[in-house]
Amino acid sequence: MCLAIPSKIIRIDDLTATIDVDGVRREASLMLLEDVQVDDWVIVHAGFAIHKIDEKSAKETLDFLREAAELVDRLERDGR
Amino acid sequence: MALKHVEEYRDPELSKKLIDRIHTISQTDVRLMEVCGTHTVSIFRSGIRSILPKSISLLSGPGCPVCVTAQGEIDAFIELARNDNVILATFGDLMRVPGTSSSLLKEKADGRDIRVVYSTFDGIQMAKDNPGKSVVFLGVGFETTAPTVAAAIFSARQMNIENFFVYSAHKLVPPALEALTDQENVQVNGFILPGHVSVIIGEAGYQPFFDRHRVPCVITGFEPADILRGISMLVDQIESGSPRLENAYPRAVSHGGNEKAQRLLQDVFEPVDAVWRGIGAIPGSGLKMRGPYVAFDAADHFQIVAKAAPEPKGCACGEILTGGKTPPECPLFRTRCTPMAPVGPCMVSSEGTCAAFYRFHDEE
Ligand code: SF4
Repeated sequence: MCLAIPSKIIRIDDLTATIDVDGVRREASLMLLEDVQVDDWVIVHAGFAIHKIDEKSAKETLDFLREAAELVDRLERDGR
Repeated sequence: MALKHVEEYRDPELSKKLIDRIHTISQTDVRLMEVCGTHTVSIFRSGIRSILPKSISLLSGPGCPVCVTAQGEIDAFIELARNDNVILATFGDLMRVPGTSSSLLKEKADGRDIRVVYSTFDGIQMAKDNPGKSVVFLGVGFETTAPTVAAAIFSARQMNIENFFVYSAHKLVPPALEALTDQENVQVNGFILPGHVSVIIGEAGYQPFFDRHRVPCVITGFEPADILRGISMLVDQIESGSPRLENAYPRAVSHGGNEKAQRLLQDVFEPVDAVWRGIGAIPGSGLKMRGPYVAFDAADHFQIVAKAAPEPKGCACGEILTGGKTPPECPLFRTRCTPMAPVGPCMVSSEGTCAAFYRFHDEE
């Protein structure tokens, strides 16, 4: 029931957003979210936008993961 | 159009390295439980189970909303469907769940007016379009779904719609974690906490549970790299002997969660005791309408009481939902119970553990 993939908001009419889910347009209610704008990326569940993706932490998470991956590389190189 | 951040988290190279990392740090035998049907499916689909070190066992917990819905509640849905004045609106997953003597699908074939919807607002529209009928929406789901139902009830009240009702069989995750951890036969060394329940309740939603039990907990996203990161953080915690409540999905989960959704939940609902399949009654783990919203309570309006009912004969869903058994240990798995002819809800729901095993696990 969860749509784990973020969708992009392409239009907002009052409390209804038009979202783009991998090229398909759908509507999502904005009743459960504050401060959203066109071009924001949101997580949608059962027809409702429930979260705005936090760009900064998305990037930080990836950096963290890549760093962890590099650490493994180094450990392997060091013969562990 | 690119799917924001999804490709990066699906990067096989990154996953491979995270797996190497887990192999390097994992020493002790651990049992980790995911409490989210979307995790169950994602873990199977990505094949993560088979590439982890032998020391790590992954268990599926009570994370599939349809699966944890008690047999008596399924019977109550069917009783509602048999009311000639009712149009039943439901998410599709519930249609094939066998009740004691019937299922919603059978009832529909018998001519009952049961309609599958994608959003609670479809139910409101139905109520507007059918003024002579009562539309009852079946509220099944965790903290992720419950606010969408609360939003619909709130809107129905604002619009003065008097023929829209909700049968609330919602369940709350933290009380279930409490109940699981208190059960003696359930041994879990760490919890992979659900991503989208956490979007709503935030990291803070688990704090009381964590403070009481000090079991390693990591809020985890759904892409392979997310899940591997969650597992690797749990193993780190266990190996270092310092349990923590951590968030491995910060792009979607904040500390306090979605406060607007929480406010709406609290306005419309109050916690009640609820019965879970496989676990039994858990204090404060359900939701019912409060104050002026009681007028929208289908259980109240139609005087429906969920009675205790036996689970399907031979079905091990209850034990599977608490990590006591895996699907191949159920004698009916693949023989009498298949996705085409399911005996229990864990085989019906696409998020159910039995269905996931059936689809993705060929060798057993
Ligand atoms: S395989 Fe079927 S009968 Fe066995 S536990 Fe799963 S759903 Fe129940």
